[in-house]
Amino acid sequence: MSAAEDSRDKASVRSAWLLSAPAIFVLTFAACGPLLIMLVYSFLTKGQYGNVEGVFSLEGWRSILYSEDIFDPGVFVWADAHLTIFWRSVKLSILTTLLTLLIGFPTAWFIATRPPKSRPLWLFLITIPFWTNLLIRTVAIFEVIRNEGVINTVLLWSGLITVPFQITYTDTAVFIGMAYVFLPLMVLPLFAAIDRFDMRLIEAAYDLYASRFAVLRRVILPIVRPGVIAGSILVFVPSLGAVVTPRILGGGKNMMIGNFIELQFGQGRNWPLGAALSMTLLVIVTVALLVYVRAANRETSHG
Amino acid sequence: MADRNFSASHLPGFTQIALLVFALLYLPIAVLVVYSFNAGTTSGLWEGFSFRWYGTAWQNDAVQSATLRSLGIAVSASIIATFCATLAALGTTRRKSFRGQTFIYVMINQPLMVPEIVTAVALLIFFASIKVATGYQGLGYLIAAHSAFCIPFAYLPIRARLEGMDLSLETAAADLYATPWMTFRRVTLPLLAPGIIAGAMLAFVISLDDVVITEFVKSGGQDTLPTYMMGQLRRVMTPEVNAISSVLLALTVLLLTAFFLLTRKND
Repeated sequence: MSAAEDSRDKASVRSAWLLSAPAIFVLTFAACGPLLIMLVYSFLTKGQYGNVEGVFSLEGWRSILYSEDIFDPGVFVWADAHLTIFWRSVKLSILTTLLTLLIGFPTAWFIATRPPKSRPLWLFLITIPFWTNLLIRTVAIFEVIRNEGVINTVLLWSGLITVPFQITYTDTAVFIGMAYVFLPLMVLPLFAAIDRFDMRLIEAAYDLYASRFAVLRRVILPIVRPGVIAGSILVFVPSLGAVVTPRILGGGKNMMIGNFIELQFGQGRNWPLGAALSMTLLVIVTVALLVYVRAANRETSHG
Repeated sequence: MADRNFSASHLPGFTQIALLVFALLYLPIAVLVVYSFNAGTTSGLWEGFSFRWYGTAWQNDAVQSATLRSLGIAVSASIIATFCATLAALGTTRRKSFRGQTFIYVMINQPLMVPEIVTAVALLIFFASIKVATGYQGLGYLIAAHSAFCIPFAYLPIRARLEGMDLSLETAAADLYATPWMTFRRVTLPLLAPGIIAGAMLAFVISLDDVVITEFVKSGGQDTLPTYMMGQLRRVMTPEVNAISSVLLALTVLLLTAFFLLTRKND
């Protein structure tokens, strides 16, 4: 490499950093930096009225899994309430991912196989809910399933039931709500994967006497797999961190991790526990994303 | 061999499921909008058509101030985010890959990866100590927080536009002795404009929608429209919430349509 080229490259790298500096500054100040401060807070002692005292303590992390027996100081028992919340969050997030995949795949397939003229319109119809306020969509589904809502009003009026069918404030409500609000996140990457796919391959396989199942397994699945992985991650991650949807549809009893974290900074007044829980959630999400990146890389290096 | 005829667009049941999904996706939104025109005081019982709740919302001081605050924050945050994102996109596209490039990508896209509640809590901790130290309680915190999480949304369309742009025009300008600044001002920027506008609109929509981070960062009396609605939901729900939602919905659809027209013209 010549000296002139070398110095031009150096200038290019310097300008890249200079141009990115404002974005990096804003993000450090109001997004990444505070995460580090929160990590420190998770190792401090909780203050009496919220906030923390500057004394090192592992109590925040320990109380995620164990709680001290009220009558027997020094004896630690499993924090059942916390484990229930974790289990509910993971269970509902997996169920949401599976349901959205199950109904999202045919939907994405349908859009991708529309004639080129009407395809953008169908895509637009999926994009509108995607960009519509999550709170508004949660309120919309709440209106439909609550006791005085559309479903119950119709059922009561038709005489099929005499008392309203209780859906809201149950795990089922949170599950329905999350599947409803996160569905577009599944359909869009699936569509992107299917859209790239040459449909003549299926017809070719079929002409060569492959069975329907063989076509699905050998031709369709390998090609749409990146879309399935991307969609699943895009639904699983926000489901696990969901706050608004479980708060409105689940009420105070059916909390998920997000609501539990929120509680520690409100009535719970246990900032170190809240900080430790947040870090735990962040680690789980990061692991999920790394799995996705690895899978995506393997996909590109093989295909 | 007629039974082996195969059409990819007609897999059994797919069309029915897809149409059902579209119906289920829009039904709740339709119900929400219909009940915003309800004359009665609860959103469950239909008591006739009226614009009553739009009027109520319009005359409600709390709604007015929350709307102005939401718009103010969204405009400021989208301007800051778009400015930062445009520079970052210019810095990270169309050049040789370099060490630290991945770091910049991860930084910029970080708000898309970290759960909102985690960022919200971290900002609460950080800003609480700044509030105590400086005594400043203003909207600056909300604008800073919104600017940060809007950056990746502004960055993506701008970067996509830059990557699709033809280098030859800029090379031609440089060959004709235009200074780098002139080339940027007269050639690059006009070509990039649709991407910048699209990025700014996405940032605006994202800022306008935020609930969780706003709830944790705001000081007392700094409700935005979504946090105001959240507060109303905790009490008795009146069709006023439906009316506000419908207006926000209309605004989103309007901006999205504009966004699609803007980005489609390029193809």
